[in-house]
Amino acid sequence: MAEVQFRFRDDEAVGDPGVTVDSFGAQSNAAAVRLEPGDEARDLLPHLARLRLIEINFPAYGDGRGYTAARVLREAGYTGELRAVGDVLVDQLAFMRRCGFDAFAPEVPLDPADAQAALDRYPEVYQPAADGRVAIWAKRHADVQGG
Amino acid sequence: MGDLMYKYDTYDQAMVDARVEEFRDQVRRRLAGHLTEDQFKPLRLMNGLYLQLHAYMLRVAVPYGTLSGAQMHALGDIADKYDRGYGHFTTRQNIQYNWIKLDEAPDILADLAKVEMHAIQTSGNCIRNTSSDQYAGAAADEVTDPRPYAELIRQWSTFHPEFCYLPRKFKIAVIASETDRAAMRLHDIGVQIVRGEGGELGAAFYVGGGMGRTPMIGPLIKAFVPLDQFITYAEACLRVYNRHGRRDNKYKARIKILVHELGKEEYTRQVEAEFAHLLSQNIEPPTAELERIKAQFADPAFETGLSEELDRSDPDFALWVDNNCVTHKVPGYIAVTISLKPIGGIPGDASADQMRLMAALAAQYSFDELRVTHAQNIVLAHVRKDQLYALWQALDEAGLGTANLDLVGDIIACPGLDYCSLANARSIPVAQKIGQRLAAKEQQIGELKLKISGCINACGHHHAGHIGILGVDRKGTENYQLLLGGCEGADTSLGQITGPGFDEDGIVDAVEKATEVYLSTREGNERFLDTYRRIGMAPFKEALYG
Repeated sequence: MAEVQFRFRDDEAVGDPGVTVDSFGAQSNAAAVRLEPGDEARDLLPHLARLRLIEINFPAYGDGRGYTAARVLREAGYTGELRAVGDVLVDQLAFMRRCGFDAFAPEVPLDPADAQAALDRYPEVYQPAADGRVAIWAKRHADVQGG
Repeated sequence: MGDLMYKYDTYDQAMVDARVEEFRDQVRRRLAGHLTEDQFKPLRLMNGLYLQLHAYMLRVAVPYGTLSGAQMHALGDIADKYDRGYGHFTTRQNIQYNWIKLDEAPDILADLAKVEMHAIQTSGNCIRNTSSDQYAGAAADEVTDPRPYAELIRQWSTFHPEFCYLPRKFKIAVIASETDRAAMRLHDIGVQIVRGEGGELGAAFYVGGGMGRTPMIGPLIKAFVPLDQFITYAEACLRVYNRHGRRDNKYKARIKILVHELGKEEYTRQVEAEFAHLLSQNIEPPTAELERIKAQFADPAFETGLSEELDRSDPDFALWVDNNCVTHKVPGYIAVTISLKPIGGIPGDASADQMRLMAALAAQYSFDELRVTHAQNIVLAHVRKDQLYALWQALDEAGLGTANLDLVGDIIACPGLDYCSLANARSIPVAQKIGQRLAAKEQQIGELKLKISGCINACGHHHAGHIGILGVDRKGTENYQLLLGGCEGADTSLGQITGPGFDEDGIVDAVEKATEVYLSTREGNERFLDTYRRIGMAPFKEALYG
């Protein structure tokens, strides 16, 4: 299993690898689970309280289902680690951060300088997502938005 | 210039400036070998950069087809500086340059950013440029100008973090008239801004239309979305697609297949469930943002009390007026289409000099604003009738006075095998030959929308042509199928294949034969399409194959 290369949280990382969604239901003490692109993230919603790590696998960077899975989990209030694993590349990092990922274990380690540049690239965002960044429209109308 | 179109504020400018630097860095990493071509491909595509048969092609976004004079002028300059002195206007109301060098592409983006333009998401499996009605703001039949809603979509969809790796490309059109001039129902999402029962504006959503190898007319899934929930509803439509759209086969990956396979009712049910959830997420821009955008599309300072009279004593001018100009909502004004379809020319091409001339004429005659149409022409939307003759003379002198809007010479064609690495057959030579063959008869034939695609991806919209032509590869030679009876607009229909295909000269003959059947059987004021719908396919088949 690939190492976690970037982690944007202070709590202690879960050591155990995530179990599959199928076996997760049977292992009532598992605190880590791994979602594949075809898995339904909402199946995990009843169990969020005991989950400390959700890995979302990107077998190929072009399969974008994991972005929706991540946002769905964050929108449901999941606050544990959300780790992108697999074919995770420099130019997808910023989108992943915006969708709520806070840890990355790329199959092939990334150039740290390139990764940092990619994460810092855009000074603003046009839409709210799962990262708490304030959308441009909210800044334009801070008076009516209450900040 | 007046408040006639959207102007960037510092936020918008910061986004395109950052994009230029990002792409410069991506090109650097590619050239340094840090990115494989496979890894680079989706990045360059999301910047509209294709590797074509002979060179890179760059597609520049023209949001909802609207350009300022300064922007059109800059497009001409880019054609001179980085290409071979011309550009090609596309069926998505964009422009593309066919002879681009990879290491110069970041500089082109920098030049574009200086005039508030970009190439963001003009390709790739993401939300593409939103298209709209080319007569927006001028049409007498619109309930409102549709472009502010398209601009709202532009901003929402730009770098949308969840929707940049969709199963397939995603195209949205927004209109606000009963008459659909943007082929709205042949889009992944078609939005029609409508008035509700109480007179308030809202959005009707049609989802799952498209062309390509499986053409479908998008069904209505929601008749009225309140405007303060507009973006939230679109987000719900996209999320269901991103989660459930097929990824096992790129030919079945468009949303039309999902809507078709789930059924409209089940797809709608899932969207409604997601919509109910997303309403709690506060992702909708405030009404004040829509109002801010709307204010920038305010009407220009139209003169009042202008004459409605036109001096039609010059017959060439009168012919052009009858063919290329349409009624304007304000008395004394008229909306003008500049044809980019000279007889024997390449549909949609314009030279750098022509682009700069059109920019200058827009400044002089049409409040410094132009539109690109999905039929690959240019519109000056607000021309004074008492200045129309002078405008026409200037256009005609520059080879831009062709009087053939919606006639058989006004052909839509994709770039085809002359440029495109996906194509199976050439489109441009077929368009040129048909244009030349039928030039003498085109006024007699009247409205006839002819559309040519060089492969099944249907960039030339052949399914929606009154006459459509599809180029295919048959055992290593180019072969052309003929379709009849397609139509975009309120009475959208898909063309039917006549039968076995033809070679290049054969397809030109076949089109001419189809027009002869029409001319000999039409009744009254019937257009080609009307006659076809009345008499059906049989008489055409008889003439073609009998």
